[in-house]
Amino acid sequence: MSAKLAVTTLVLAGAMSTALATFAAASPLTKAEADAAVAAKKEKCFGVALKGQNDCAAGPGTTCQGTSTTDFQGNAWKFVQGGTCASIELPGGKKGSLKPV
Amino acid sequence: MLPEQDLCFAAAFAPALLDPTRLAPSIVTGPNGKAAGKRYDVYRNNVTVSLIDALAAIYPAVQRITGPDFFRAMARFHIRQTPPASSLLFDYGRDFPEFIAAYEYARPHPWLADVARIERAWLDAYHARDAAPLVPARLAAVAPDRLGDLVFTPHPAAAVVRSPFSAMTIFAANRETTPVERIDASTPEDALITRAEFDVVVRHLPPGGAVFAIHLMSGRPLGEAAASALEASPDFDIASNIAGLIEAGAFTSISLGEA
Repeated sequence: MSAKLAVTTLVLAGAMSTALATFAAASPLTKAEADAAVAAKKEKCFGVALKGQNDCAAGPGTTCQGTSTTDFQGNAWKFVQGGTCASIELPGGKKGSLKPV
Repeated sequence: MLPEQDLCFAAAFAPALLDPTRLAPSIVTGPNGKAAGKRYDVYRNNVTVSLIDALAAIYPAVQRITGPDFFRAMARFHIRQTPPASSLLFDYGRDFPEFIAAYEYARPHPWLADVARIERAWLDAYHARDAAPLVPARLAAVAPDRLGDLVFTPHPAAAVVRSPFSAMTIFAANRETTPVERIDASTPEDALITRAEFDVVVRHLPPGGAVFAIHLMSGRPLGEAAASALEASPDFDIASNIAGLIEAGAFTSISLGEA
């Protein structure tokens, strides 16, 4: 028997009943109370839930496009102007570089 | 399947579309049989621009991070290297995260490919088949001594993206239009993407949560998944992770695997 099989039936059963208890409490609450409880639980147990911003975007191909647009050959390193990468830091104070390396 | 003469036309018409150094194919002619190079150029331009726009629509956070000029230049290289294999535009760009990971000018932003992976999973979840998530009552009906053998069927929209960087925080900050605060990119983050009903939701997974979710989603039994998660992260909490995955709608059903 390997160390990988260390989770006993007892541990699993306890965990499952705890997990299920988190769902059982919601019914007697008002909607506002339930929402607050759900929000608190998400925060505590599972991190904050974040939606993608463009909920109504079904991705490309859903609108008419490409009829009279123009393209131009930009330099690959003439970039990050207007981008947000300068606010994203790596340890050692290294930021997203604005220049080619 | 196209009729044979159309296939012949496409075979002659298409190869120069993504290669501006090639001449317009000779089958393309204007009135009185004159060459129509400029007309072909307009078409060629629109093919490239529409594919770049498709990638920009699929990867809006990546574009916001890099700025549109860099994004469009990077996208153009990818398009010429990897033209669409499907006529469904929303299905295009599946190889783009790998391309970003290898793209030399994106190297100063090593988190960028993982942000793209989350965006891809977001759109796949959006277009995934609708399915009712597993209800907790189903779990309550399982005999305690069989819990270790329990196998979960993943929801069609559910996916996990792991990153050695703060890819999920960077993703979330850049799918908004509000200003981006300073972000420390060095914290590893695992993201769970689901769409239980109408909205795609991306959640942080706690320590061990990604190993647990990936094992369960690939059909490994609960006992084994929990043991692997504990091995990966001693802080792993079985109860909150089960509750979290069920609440997120990561599964549709359960069954008892071979004992």
